[in-house]
Amino acid sequence: MTEKILLKGNIALAKGAIAAGCRYYFGYPITPQNDIPEYLSAELPKIGGTFIQAESEIASINMVLGASASGVRAMTSSSGPGISLMQEGMSYMAGSELPGLVVNVMRVGPGLGGIAPTQGDYFQATRGGGHGDYFNIVLAPASVQEMFDLAIKAFELSDKYRNPAMILCDAILGQMKEPVVLEETKTVIPPLKPWALTGSKGRKPQFLKTLYLSDGEQEAHNLELKEKYDRLREEDVLFETKGLDDSEMFIVAFGTVSRIAKTAIQMAKREGIRVGMIRPITLFPFPTEVIRETAKKTPRVLVVEMNTGQMLQDVKLSIENSVKLRFYGRPGGGIPTPEDMLREIRVMFNEEGF
Amino acid sequence: MKKVFSRPKSLIDRQTHFCPGCTHGTAHRLVADAIDHFGVQEETIGVSGVGCAVFMYDYFAIDAIEAPHGRAPAVATGIKRVHPKKIVFTYQGDGDLASIGTAETIHTANRGENITIIFINNTVYGMTGGQMAPTTLLGQQTTTTPYGRNFQNDGYPIRMAEMLATLEGVAYSTRVSMHNAKEVLKAKKAVRRAFQMQIEGMGLTFVELLSACHTNWRVKPLEGQKRVEEELIPYFPLGVFKERKGKDFL
Repeated sequence: MTEKILLKGNIALAKGAIAAGCRYYFGYPITPQNDIPEYLSAELPKIGGTFIQAESEIASINMVLGASASGVRAMTSSSGPGISLMQEGMSYMAGSELPGLVVNVMRVGPGLGGIAPTQGDYFQATRGGGHGDYFNIVLAPASVQEMFDLAIKAFELSDKYRNPAMILCDAILGQMKEPVVLEETKTVIPPLKPWALTGSKGRKPQFLKTLYLSDGEQEAHNLELKEKYDRLREEDVLFETKGLDDSEMFIVAFGTVSRIAKTAIQMAKREGIRVGMIRPITLFPFPTEVIRETAKKTPRVLVVEMNTGQMLQDVKLSIENSVKLRFYGRPGGGIPTPEDMLREIRVMFNEEGF
Repeated sequence: MKKVFSRPKSLIDRQTHFCPGCTHGTAHRLVADAIDHFGVQEETIGVSGVGCAVFMYDYFAIDAIEAPHGRAPAVATGIKRVHPKKIVFTYQGDGDLASIGTAETIHTANRGENITIIFINNTVYGMTGGQMAPTTLLGQQTTTTPYGRNFQNDGYPIRMAEMLATLEGVAYSTRVSMHNAKEVLKAKKAVRRAFQMQIEGMGLTFVELLSACHTNWRVKPLEGQKRVEEELIPYFPLGVFKERKGKDFL
C-alpha cells in the first residue's frame, strides 16, 4: 500500500507506535501532545491494548517501566514540565536496562512556559536528563512522515540496546498535517525478551535492579552501559545530508528548523551562494563523524536552532577550532524564518568572501 | 513424623541484612507463606520499594523488580496490566508508601488495580538512619525531629489503612502487628487473605504491618515490641477497615 493520507503529526506518531507493536500507553494530559493519548485511548482498546490516564507523569513513566519490565513495548508522551517529572523514571529505566518510548513534543520553558514551537529541551534529552551516567536514544523527526517512521525506529533501537528512547519534536511537527504513507505491511512482532519478568515458571527467578552497593559493582555496571553507548555511536547514527558535495558552507539543523533551512538554502542558491546541510536524525548518538569530515572540506558552519544554542555545543565538539562557526537561534517560541537564515548566510559569505 | 514448620520455599535460605530483631524478616516470611500457600511462587512478581526492603530479590525466590522511591504501585500497575493473571505485590515502607509515593498509592488504590500492597509501618526512615516518617508519632524523637515530632511544625502521623479504606477501588484494607506470636498469626491470616482476594480478582488489597525498628528507635528489641503494643497500637488501631465480600463492584 502506498496510498497517501493526510495526518496530523501526533496522530502519525501514535499510528507508528501501534505499527511497532506497542499496545501499552500510559500518560497524563499536557499541550501540545494531547492528540496522542486521545487517539490511543480510542484505538488501543480495539486491538487488545491498554491505555491508562495516569495521575501524573511520574506515575506514567513508572507504569511504562513496569510494563516494559514485563516484556512488552510500552510508551508515554508528554511535554516540558511533564518530561521533567519523568526524568527520575528514565534514569531508573536506563539503570535497569529497560526499553520504552518517551515522546517529547517540546514546549517553551523554563517553567510552565508556553506551547509555541521550541527546541529548548535538547540538553535535557541528549545529556541523559535524569541523575547518573547514562544517555537516552534521541530521535528528531522533521516531517509528519518521520513522526510515523521514527516511532517504529525508536522502538527497534530501544529494544536493541535495552535503553529508553525519546522522540524529540515540537508543536509544529505535532500539530501540522502532511501527507503520509503508512506501510501497512509493517505489522511488527516485538522481539522476545528473555530477561523480562513473567513469573519464574520453568526457569530460575530473575530480577531487575539499579542498586549496586558492593565495591566496584556500580562501576562495572556503568562501564557496561558505556560500552552500549559506544556501540550506538558506531552502529546507529542517523542523519540526512543535502548538497554537501559542492557547497561553500553548510548548515546544521534538526527537526522543524531543517525544513525552514531548506528554503533558505534555495534562496541562497539564487544569489549564487552554495549552502549544504547536515540534519542530525539521531541527536544521541550525534552524527559527529559526518560533521567533522564535512567541516574539513567545507570549514564554514552555520548552526540554527529554536533555542539559545544547545546542539551548537555538540557541533563544536565535532569540529576543529579553525572551522568558522556561526550560530543563529530563536528561543521562547520564536521561529527562524528563511529570510533570517539567508541573512546569516550572507553575513558568513561577506565575512569570508568564499 | 509430620513436619509442621519449615522455611517457606519462596524464601531463599540466606542470612538477611536486617538488624537483629527487626520484623522485616517476619514480614518477608508472612509474604512467602502466602505465596506458598496458594502455590503461586512461579506466578508471582514482586515490586520492592526503596528503603530497608529494597533487597527483596535477595530473599524471595520469585521474579522481582526494584521501583524508584515511592513508585512501586505505578510499576506494579504496569506489570499487572501486562500480566493480569500473575500475582503482583509491592512491599513498601512508610516513607516510600505514605510520603514520597502517596499519589501513586492513592491512585493505584483508586483504580482498583488487582494487586497486593504490603506496607511496613515502623514510624521511622530505617535505611537512611532514623529520620522522621509520615507515620512518626507526635513527640517521637528522630534524627530530624530531635525535640520530638510537633504537629505545629511537622503535621500528624498519617493513618493509611483507614484512608485507603474509603476508596471504592480497595477490596481489603487492614492493619495488623507483629509484636508477639499471637499477632504474627493474625498477620499471617491477613496477608493470606489479601493474596486470596487478588487471586479472586477483587481489587486492591492492602495490609499494613506495624513493625519495630529498634536500631533507629534506639531501644532494645524487646522494648521495641513493647513500644509497638503500648504506643503504636493506640494511635494505629488494629483491625479490618474494609473487606469486600464479593465482586460487588462489577
